[in-house]
Amino acid sequence: MSTNSTEKKWDRRSADTAERLEAASRYIGPGKQFKPEDTVALLEAVIRAGDRVNIEGNNQKQADFLAECLNKVDKSRIHDLHMVQSAVPLPVHLDLFENGIAKKLDFAFGGPQAGRVAKFISEGKLELGAIHTYLELFGRYFLDLTPKVSLICAYKADREGNLYTGFNTEDTPTIVEATKFRQGIVIAQVNEIVDKLPRVDIPADWIDAVVESPRPFFIEPLFTRDPGLVTESQILLAMLCLKGIYAEYEVKRINHGIGFLTSAIELLLPTYGEELGLKGKACTHMILNPHPTMIPAIESGWVDTIHCFGGELGMEKYVAARPDVFFTGPDGTLRSNRAYAQTAGHYALDMFIGGTLQIDKYGNSSTATASRVAGFGGAPNMGCDAKGRRHVTDSWLKCGKEMPTLDRQIGNMPRGKRLVVQGVETFGEGRAPVFVEELDAWKLAENANLDLPPVMIYGDDLTHVVTEEGIAYLNRCADIDARMAAIRAVAGYTEIGIKANPDETRQLREAGIVKTPEDLGVDRSRANRSLLAARNIRDLVSWSGGLYNPPARFRNW
Amino acid sequence: MALNTLEFDLKLDEVTHSIDTPIHLGVVGSGDMEVLMEPKDLKGAVSVRIVTPVAGFDELWKRVVEKFVSETLLGDVHLEINDNNATPAVVLLRLRQGFAEATGE
Repeated sequence: MSTNSTEKKWDRRSADTAERLEAASRYIGPGKQFKPEDTVALLEAVIRAGDRVNIEGNNQKQADFLAECLNKVDKSRIHDLHMVQSAVPLPVHLDLFENGIAKKLDFAFGGPQAGRVAKFISEGKLELGAIHTYLELFGRYFLDLTPKVSLICAYKADREGNLYTGFNTEDTPTIVEATKFRQGIVIAQVNEIVDKLPRVDIPADWIDAVVESPRPFFIEPLFTRDPGLVTESQILLAMLCLKGIYAEYEVKRINHGIGFLTSAIELLLPTYGEELGLKGKACTHMILNPHPTMIPAIESGWVDTIHCFGGELGMEKYVAARPDVFFTGPDGTLRSNRAYAQTAGHYALDMFIGGTLQIDKYGNSSTATASRVAGFGGAPNMGCDAKGRRHVTDSWLKCGKEMPTLDRQIGNMPRGKRLVVQGVETFGEGRAPVFVEELDAWKLAENANLDLPPVMIYGDDLTHVVTEEGIAYLNRCADIDARMAAIRAVAGYTEIGIKANPDETRQLREAGIVKTPEDLGVDRSRANRSLLAARNIRDLVSWSGGLYNPPARFRNW
Repeated sequence: MALNTLEFDLKLDEVTHSIDTPIHLGVVGSGDMEVLMEPKDLKGAVSVRIVTPVAGFDELWKRVVEKFVSETLLGDVHLEINDNNATPAVVLLRLRQGFAEATGE
């Protein structure tokens, strides 16, 4: 066998990476460390115009120092970057587009920058690839959106460059695996460099360079809800959910959204839930960040297992002291991992329950507004019926059996269904109606030139709607007309709700497709804050035996 | 914050009943409201006075109060609502709680 000069090369990626790292080698010292003041120069050495770049931007922890430095590179050399990352919550993420350094964005969640994303699209400063769910985006990291350079963050590095991501591991392993094993470059910012790590979360040979950031990375306590702000109306909705859904289906494996309704449910488990005899029959296995409002239920022995997408500020010691419930490492601290939590959330849950800003007359729901490209993070992965599921649980089977016309789709083949529940007051903040003829997502699609209106949960995945008027059991509806009637029946005084026909609503109630609080035997006069297992943050601290350490802004006593 | 006052009367065709004693419920906290219900000879009607910081929802207020009055068959009652951005869900909840307290139901 002979070789000649025209033979195809198969290692262009690693050769390219080696060349870039060689250019950066003058900044990188022992233990792969570089100095904060060399960061811009190092980024200019390893990044080329048109590269796909990931800045670790999770729900919570942010590679904010590296993001700021990327904004300072020489844009005559580095431009047209294609950013592929979970979230763009920081102003610096969008500054890259304003500054002409980045051009294209593929992401999952916009958060506070959602308005700028929409504005930049219409001004031509930002080319939107797609709005993904987390799992889709992670999947594409391993297909057609693999980053060439990833800028990640961790709590600590040791002298060799091993990383400790600890409590908030979130997306780090996924980003690093996709980048490094495709011969890309991984650069980490850490809060401190130490002699010995509590545990190794990312091995040093998967990392190319590490910097001790001039200040700790930004982290947001996104999942802390003050029980003091839970309203009686939310308590009523929570009672309806517990009696009409949790008890009706005995759902064990659940994800809760981050709104106040699900906080109210969590705080009612040890009181109203216990009264309904649900302990051990519902909420035993959860995919959930360490919500402080879960403390009373955990302490009362409701929960067997919780796996987390990320951490939550202030819950570190509590979680470490409850290793029978949470996934913790050999060092005793939480190990979160968004990819695994989302996978469990997509395939292994029996129910997703959360809130939304709008539900249309067909049951499609979205938090998109006409001028904000917000994205939905992980909700759509959990708020859908995963058609690839094959294992069976009682609640999944029951929800499927109740579908009267499944046979029109798949003949006589039995199949279960995930419960997907939206709990809302019929009017939201500022008395904006939640039930609408048409989602604002349509206007957004027009304003931002999207192919599809961004829908969080599709109508055919939604199985239950809960409002102050009662519960619509959409899975029990024979067709779209019946679903629309059931939605109208619980839509209150919105334009959708006032179209409800009283005779039709009565028939739906007789058929068990709509149930009012009275039908369910839920006493409205008991919808009172005294029913909450904890009424303020201080109560949560007491429940935790002093282990929960709330962030300063939640300490109001 | 400018406050809007909305006043209207409702009268059912059916036989109505009043309450025995005045009751007061709720607080004017954010997202909440207080309601005062008192018996008053109005020839079977219900008089309503709502003070709210939000303008432009007169029809919605009327729908919600009408629903409450027709489901409780209330008459000869004056309702006074001091609102601080309560949603219709909260309004109905407070009215029903007030009615339950007033009638001991």
